[in-house]
Amino acid sequence: MSNRIKVLKTYKIFIDGKFPRTESGRYVKLVKNNIPIANVCLSSRKDLKNSVASARKIFDSWVSKSAYNRAQIMYRIAEMLESRKEQFIEELILQGYNKEKSIVELDKSIDRIIYFAGWSDKINQVFGSVNPVASSHYNFTVLEPTGVVGLISSEESPLLGLISLIIPAIVTGNTTVTIASEKYPLTSISLAEVISNSDVPGGVVNILTGSKSELIPHLAKHMDVNSIGFTEEKKDLRDQIYLDAVNNLKRLVEIPKSKIESEEIESPYIIKKFMEAKTTWHPIEKDFTSSNSY
Amino acid sequence: MSSKIKPLKYHEKLNFSPSLENTDSLSLKKEYQLFINGRFQKPLSNKYFASINPANENKIAMVAQANEKDVDLAVKAARNSYESHWSKTPPKERAKYIYRIARIIQEKAKELAILETLDGGKPIRESRDIDIPLAAAHFFYYAGWADKLDYAFPNRNPKPLGVVGQIIPWNFPLMMAAWKIAPALATGNTVVLKPAESTSLTALKLAEIIQEADLPDGVVNIITGPGSTGEMIVNHPDIDKIAFTGSTEVGKTIMRSISSTSKKSTMELGGKAANIIFEDAPLDQAVEGVINGIYFNQGHVCCAGSRLFVQESVYELILRKLKDRMQSLVVGDPLDKNTDIGAINSKQQLSTINNYIDIGKKEGADIFQLSCDLPAKGYWCPPTLFTNVSQSHRIAKEEIFGPVLAVQTFRTTEEVITKANNTPFGLSAGVWTDKGSKVFNLTSKLRAGVIWANTYNKFDPTSPFGGYKESGHGREGGLHGLSPYLNIE
Repeated sequence: MSNRIKVLKTYKIFIDGKFPRTESGRYVKLVKNNIPIANVCLSSRKDLKNSVASARKIFDSWVSKSAYNRAQIMYRIAEMLESRKEQFIEELILQGYNKEKSIVELDKSIDRIIYFAGWSDKINQVFGSVNPVASSHYNFTVLEPTGVVGLISSEESPLLGLISLIIPAIVTGNTTVTIASEKYPLTSISLAEVISNSDVPGGVVNILTGSKSELIPHLAKHMDVNSIGFTEEKKDLRDQIYLDAVNNLKRLVEIPKSKIESEEIESPYIIKKFMEAKTTWHPIEKDFTSSNSY
Repeated sequence: MSSKIKPLKYHEKLNFSPSLENTDSLSLKKEYQLFINGRFQKPLSNKYFASINPANENKIAMVAQANEKDVDLAVKAARNSYESHWSKTPPKERAKYIYRIARIIQEKAKELAILETLDGGKPIRESRDIDIPLAAAHFFYYAGWADKLDYAFPNRNPKPLGVVGQIIPWNFPLMMAAWKIAPALATGNTVVLKPAESTSLTALKLAEIIQEADLPDGVVNIITGPGSTGEMIVNHPDIDKIAFTGSTEVGKTIMRSISSTSKKSTMELGGKAANIIFEDAPLDQAVEGVINGIYFNQGHVCCAGSRLFVQESVYELILRKLKDRMQSLVVGDPLDKNTDIGAINSKQQLSTINNYIDIGKKEGADIFQLSCDLPAKGYWCPPTLFTNVSQSHRIAKEEIFGPVLAVQTFRTTEEVITKANNTPFGLSAGVWTDKGSKVFNLTSKLRAGVIWANTYNKFDPTSPFGGYKESGHGREGGLHGLSPYLNIE
């Protein structure tokens, strides 16, 4: 049995709920300790455009799901990840990640998904408001998802970095396009497989592997992306994101690297950053015959 | 029976005797200086520009033009007051200063209203009933937050950002100053504020009020000048945050300027709001709402309902009612209490609006304008509407910032949601229907920050205001207007 030829896994990208190869046909060989591990897709601008289109297409349907339903779907992602824990740990080690750290990474990631899942049907109770305007109107403010969110995974924290961006964005109804870590691309595609098996509609999460410096400008300039979430990048790249994002005034959510690793990020404030406040007014009829004049 | 009753002719003009506001209570200086570090100072630039009454083109006063050195003085004053005392002033005491400002605005409401109307051209009815009362209310509301921030952000230990640069537009001069200054002070920041070039005077009156309220020196600095002065504030290295209200174009320029810095920002930018009338709406109220939505403040409103969508079945009826109602609008002297539509704010804005009216005609839309006599001097544009407009027309896509309405039709709810959302803007929208379920369907699907259902253009200090998409980011007003001025990480 030990001589059995192993079936190797082909890592592709994740667009619109499917796993295509990059349309460009390009790949890069991922090598660790001089051993080739996998061929990783070098996604193109076209792949990015397709991802954004798919995220936009599913947005109305995803945002219309009940908050309860989205919470359960988030919880399902955690369940799936828990059941595939060993696979992820093995894969992290294969990519050169330390074993102890890999275990911690998985535990933290799963717990973090569950933490954020719970906010789905609570965020508006904590951050929405009924506003006591002086005129005879009923006035209230709710938070709504921003729309299509581009996410740039941190180079470190191979799984936690993805979870800490994707889950807070999609839990309220945003749809996402993520550019994976160049250093640990395999984990992002395995996460895509988990998401694909967790009742998350196709297009809500899209994940692309490839060259960050190539893909990020296309993401930052894209006119149908509403927001970009990212962790610390080199100053020149960070500044470029800020500059390109002005094209259509994307909201930028920059998260310090240290927050990803600590539990500090586990707060509703990160979720809120991928949301907009909407205020609605409606007149209240005045009953002039009533003796009550309040 | 009905033949004996003389029908009311709604489409005919009503004639009113003039009822001019008495301007005796207003005292004006010939020359206004920069308000820096609690004192009115001559500009180091030695330059002044004229503030013009757009209703008669008369010069009202000369206003100082701040240059780079003046801006630097103002920022230093704000930084110094932030470090030395304002950030250490107990929140309860901060609140009391802000309450004082609110009270003095109320006391001086009449002269402020007159000055706002003289300087900006808006009808006295609006400056008296809307701009000034709302400015006072804004200070009053945010004053109360100063010592309650821990309840707004439990366990977050909210901290002020530091020195805030604030740049405001000419459409609601004093009200915008209040929207900016009140939350900034309540949260413990100090301020350098620049009013718009064409409407500096009420902000300078506010500076006098701030002096009278005995606010510590340098907490609020008000400096005047053109766009280039604003640019100097944006680019000053010791500014922690820029709060801007104005056009999307300038907003983007500011965002580019600060892109490589750690400056924070709130942007309240342009809009092209959809105002939607369904066949089951209370039609007369809807028409009133459409008129108010687009002709309020001469259409110089970022959230103006400049795109009207009417369900086909009631289109002819609505159009007739709209035109009749337009005929009863009084255009003229802004100081006349009967006036509905005042003067266009500046010569430059008038030419922008007229340019769009030409574009509308050239693109093949049909124009209807109120026929009325316009004053010989000053800048005027009669209320205008275009029919036969399509989604691709520039008058249906671009912000005109004037009394120009583009009317389109629709058949189904789904269609109108798509059309309404088909814009890079997302500041506001209006919906008119008697059906509650339809109201909530629309209000939840329209991608905009403020939705008025069966009403339009209502504002309140407790009500968050601000846009989606290219209409900006951050909110002003209400609980949600606090966090843009705080570090709550």
